[in-house]
Amino acid sequence: MPEVPLGDAGTPGAPRVGVVTFPGSLDDRDAAAAVRLAGADPIPLWHGDSDLHGVDAVVLPGGFSYGDYLRAGAIARFSPVVGAVVAAARNGLPVLGICNGFQVLCEAGLLPGALTRNSGLHFICRDQRLRVETSSTAWTGAYTAGEEILIPVKHGEGRYVVDASTLAELTAQDRVVVRYAGGNPNGSVDDIAGVCSENRRVVGLMPHPEHAVEELTGPGTDGLRMFTSVLGGLLRAAL
Amino acid sequence: MTGTPSAPTTSQPYRELGLTDDEYERIVATLGRVPTDAELAMYSVMWSEHCSYKSSKVHLRQFRDTPATDRLLVGMGENAGVVDVGEGLAVTFKVESHNHPSFVEPYQGAATGVGGIVRDILTMGARPIGVLDPLRFGAADAPDTSRVLPGVVAGIGGYGNCLGLPNIGGEVVFDPVYAGNPLVNALCVGVMPVGRVQTSAATGVGNAVVLLGAKTGRDGIGGVSVLASATFDAEGGPARRPSVQVGDPFIEKILIECCLELFDRGLVVGIQDLGGAGLTCALTETTAAGIATGQPGGMDVDLDLVPLREASMEAHEVLASESQERMLAVVTPDVLPEVLALAERWGVHATRIGTVTDSGRLVVRWHGEVVVDVPPGSLADDGPVYERPLRRPADLDLLHADAPTALVRPGTGAELRETLLRMVASPNLCSRAWVTEQYDRYVQANTVLAQPEDAGVLRLSASGLGIALATDGNGRYARLDPFAGAQLALAEACRNVAAVGAEPIAVTNCLNFGSPEDPEVMWQFAQACAGLAEACRRLGLPVTGGNVSFYNQTGATPIHPTPVVGVLGLLPDVSRRTAMAFTGAGDTVVLLGETRDELGGSEWAWVTHGHLGGTPPAVDLAQEKSLAEVLVAGGRDGLFTAAHDLSEGGLAQALVESCLRGAHGARLELPADADPFVELFSESAGRAVVTIAAADLDRLAALCASHGLPWRPIGAVTAAADLEVAGQFTISLDELRTAHEGTLPRLFGSTA
Repeated sequence: MPEVPLGDAGTPGAPRVGVVTFPGSLDDRDAAAAVRLAGADPIPLWHGDSDLHGVDAVVLPGGFSYGDYLRAGAIARFSPVVGAVVAAARNGLPVLGICNGFQVLCEAGLLPGALTRNSGLHFICRDQRLRVETSSTAWTGAYTAGEEILIPVKHGEGRYVVDASTLAELTAQDRVVVRYAGGNPNGSVDDIAGVCSENRRVVGLMPHPEHAVEELTGPGTDGLRMFTSVLGGLLRAAL
Repeated sequence: MTGTPSAPTTSQPYRELGLTDDEYERIVATLGRVPTDAELAMYSVMWSEHCSYKSSKVHLRQFRDTPATDRLLVGMGENAGVVDVGEGLAVTFKVESHNHPSFVEPYQGAATGVGGIVRDILTMGARPIGVLDPLRFGAADAPDTSRVLPGVVAGIGGYGNCLGLPNIGGEVVFDPVYAGNPLVNALCVGVMPVGRVQTSAATGVGNAVVLLGAKTGRDGIGGVSVLASATFDAEGGPARRPSVQVGDPFIEKILIECCLELFDRGLVVGIQDLGGAGLTCALTETTAAGIATGQPGGMDVDLDLVPLREASMEAHEVLASESQERMLAVVTPDVLPEVLALAERWGVHATRIGTVTDSGRLVVRWHGEVVVDVPPGSLADDGPVYERPLRRPADLDLLHADAPTALVRPGTGAELRETLLRMVASPNLCSRAWVTEQYDRYVQANTVLAQPEDAGVLRLSASGLGIALATDGNGRYARLDPFAGAQLALAEACRNVAAVGAEPIAVTNCLNFGSPEDPEVMWQFAQACAGLAEACRRLGLPVTGGNVSFYNQTGATPIHPTPVVGVLGLLPDVSRRTAMAFTGAGDTVVLLGETRDELGGSEWAWVTHGHLGGTPPAVDLAQEKSLAEVLVAGGRDGLFTAAHDLSEGGLAQALVESCLRGAHGARLELPADADPFVELFSESAGRAVVTIAAADLDRLAALCASHGLPWRPIGAVTAAADLEVAGQFTISLDELRTAHEGTLPRLFGSTA
C-alpha cells in the first residue's frame, strides 16, 4: 500500500527480518509486506549503512540497484550493507536474494554463477511454474522436495550460467533450490531458477515469492512459505 | 534591478524556430523591443502548438463545462486532475502522447514518454502507482512496424519496469494510417493523502528556486516546437534524432523517492516537473502561477548555476533543453539546507538556481548579463489562440454511402467458424501477451487485475479501497464520425471500468490528430471535442485533464482522428472485483444490451474485406449508463462469476477471450430468428457478457429490469474444452488458443 512505511512499530518477540533498500530497489516494500504477512517484523536496512540492526535474517529485494549500471548487481556488491550481509551470512545469517538480490549475491560471491541476459533478449513477466528441489535450506523448509509451485518471474537478466564443474558440485550437494517447470523462460542452464550456499543459509532465486503471498494480488500464495520457512527455523533456533 | 537586455540588431531566425510573422510581431509588442536570442527561443517553444494549445484551446474549453463532482479536487489546467477517493486519499491521473519522438527513436521516445507523464503525476504530490499504454502502429506486417513496435514496447518496459510501476493496461492497435505516425500514449496514475496536493506556484518573496535531478545537456532541444508541432516529411526521421531526449530511469526513480520525502516533510512551497520546453516551461509556469495567486511574484534565475553536461552550451540551449529527470522546487530559505541534504541522501543533484522576487518578471542572467527579462504570463498563459478554419471532409459522404451491408457475409456454420478463427488471430484481436509480458504488472504488490482484463485494478489501502483504469479509442469509428467516435471511446472505457465492478468517476483524454492547419482535420478535432464533452456531461463525468497531439501526419495524409479516452473508476472493495475468465461450468452466459446489424468500421469488415465505410455503431448514452450501473451493482452483490465488455470483434471475440482466460468451454444457443453472423460479429455498443450461477437468473432479471436494461441468456459455461455455437460450429479451445496466441510471436519473434 502506497505510503505504508517499510518498517513499523513491530510485534514484541516477532522475528526481525531486514529488507535492504538500495537506490533503485523496487520490490522492497513488497518484500516487507510479505515478511509481515508471514508473521515477522520487516526492518528497513539502508544501502549506505553497514549496521544490520540485529536482524535475524535479510532479504535483498528485486529492482535495479544503482541503476544496474555496468552489470546487474555489480555496484551493489560494494555497498556498505552488502559488506555486512556477506560477513553475517558466512556466520549463518539467513539471506534471501530475489531477482536483483540474487544477482547481487552472485556478484558478491556468496552464491556461485552469474545471471546474464535472457536468451530471448526480452524482459519477461509471467506466472511461472517451479519445482522445489530441496527443502533443506533456510528458506524452503516449509516446502516438500519435488513440489510444484506457481510464482511470477519478471526480469531481463535471469539466465543462470555457471561452469560445468561448479554445476556438478551444486547438483551433487543438492544446492539447486528451485528449477523452472513447464518451460524455461530465460535459457538458464539446467533450468535452474535458484541456488543456495554451501551452508544452505543463503538462497538466491530469480522468481519473486513476495508476489505470490496473497490470492488478491498474485497468482496464488505459493511464495508465502519461503518467508514462513525462515521464521520456522528462527523460532526453532530460539527454543 | 534589470538592465534592458542587449538585443541583436540583425534579423532573427524566428521562422526557423516555428514562429509566424504575426507571432513575432506580437513578441516585439509585448516586450517593447526586439527579443534576445534566449527570449526568442523561449517564446518559440512556449508558443508552439505542443505547449500553448493555440489551435485546440477554443475547443478544449468545452471540457471545463463537464460536471465538477464533489470528488474533484483539482480540475483541468494543472499538471493532472485530482479526485478524492475517500479514506483521506486522493488519486491523480493523466494520459499524454509521445508520438513523434517514438517514430524517430522508438525506444527512447517511448521510454521518455513514460518518464514525462510520471513526473506530471509526481508534481501533483502523488506517488506514481501504475501506468497504461495506448499504442497505435502501422500494419502489423509492414516492415517498419517491426522496427517501431519492438522498440516502443522495450522502451516502455525498460523505463516503467525500472521505476517500479506496474503496467496494468492499455491498447495495441494496428492500422496502415499509423505507419509513419505511430501513437505512443502513456497514462500514469498516482495516489497521495488528500492534504498533500502540491501547487506549481512560485510564491514567497525570497524563497529559493532549486533544480533537482539530472544535469542539463543538449538532448531534446526543440522537441516540442521542431518535432511535435510539425508534420513529418518523407525524409524527416533520422535528421531529427537529436530532438529526441534520452532517459535514465534510475535517475527518475531516485528523483521520485526524493520528491516524495520532500512532500512528506512539508519542505516544498511549489513544484513543477521539467518536460516539454524544459526549464523555459518550468520557470515561466511557476512564476506565472505565483503571480496569478495575487501575491507578489517574479523570479530571478542565474543560469550559470545550472549543472551542465556540456560546458559549451549557450543560454538558449540551457533554457530549451529537454533533458529528462528534472524537477524545479520552490522552498523557503530556512529549509534549503535540509532540502539539499535530503537530495544528497538519495544521490539526487540539487542546486539553487534562483530566487522568488516581487518584480512581476522572470529575469534570467547568463555570464553576468541579463539575457531574459519577460512578463512570465506572456509566455505561459497569453500565447496566441487560433480559431482555425473547419471543413467537413469532402470524402465523408462517400465513406458513409459505402456501407458494409454490401460486403459478402459468412452464411454457413463452416464459414462462420473459419471467420471466427481468422478474426481471433487478426492483429487487432489476437493475444497481446507478446507485448504485455515485457511489462512488470506485479511490482508494488497491489495489482488486483491487469491486462488482458477489461480494466486494470489497483488496491489503495488495507481496507480494500481501490481504483480501476481503462483506456479506449477507435480511430476507424472516429474517421467515419468523429463526434460519435469520441463518444464511443468514452463509452467503451466506462464499460471496461464498470465490467470489473468499478464506478466510473473521472475522465482524461489524449487527442491524437493530423495537422490543425488542415481544415478537415480541424473539423474532426472540433467534432471529437464536442462529442466527448457532451457525453461526459450526459454521463456526469468530469474531464480532469489531458493532452492534444497534432501534426500526426505524413505529407498531406493525416492519421485517423484518434481520441483516446481514459476512465478512472472506484471500487470500495477490490476483493469484489469481477474478472473476465469463465470459471464455473454450468454457469449461465448472459448478454447484456442489444445487438443490431452494426458493422460499419468493424474489425470484421477490415479483416475480411479491408473495408472501412458506413457509419459506426449507434451511441446510446442512457443505455451505457444503465449497463454500467448493472455491472457495478451485480459485481458488488457477488452476482457475476465473470464479466467482459463487448467491443471490437463483437460477441465472438469476447467469448473466445473469456473461455481461453478461464480454460472453460461455452455452449451458445442463438435465437432461432437471429442472424448468427450479426449476433457473433456485430459491434453494437452498450453490451457486455456476464456469467451467473444458473439459480441467480431471477436476481439478474430483477436487476436489469430496475435499470431498464435489455438482457437475455445466450448459453452456458461448460467443462468441455471447446466453444460451441449450437447448430453452427464447434471449435476446440486448443485450436482457438493456437490461433489467438500465435500471431504476434510470429510477426515479432519469440520472447523466451
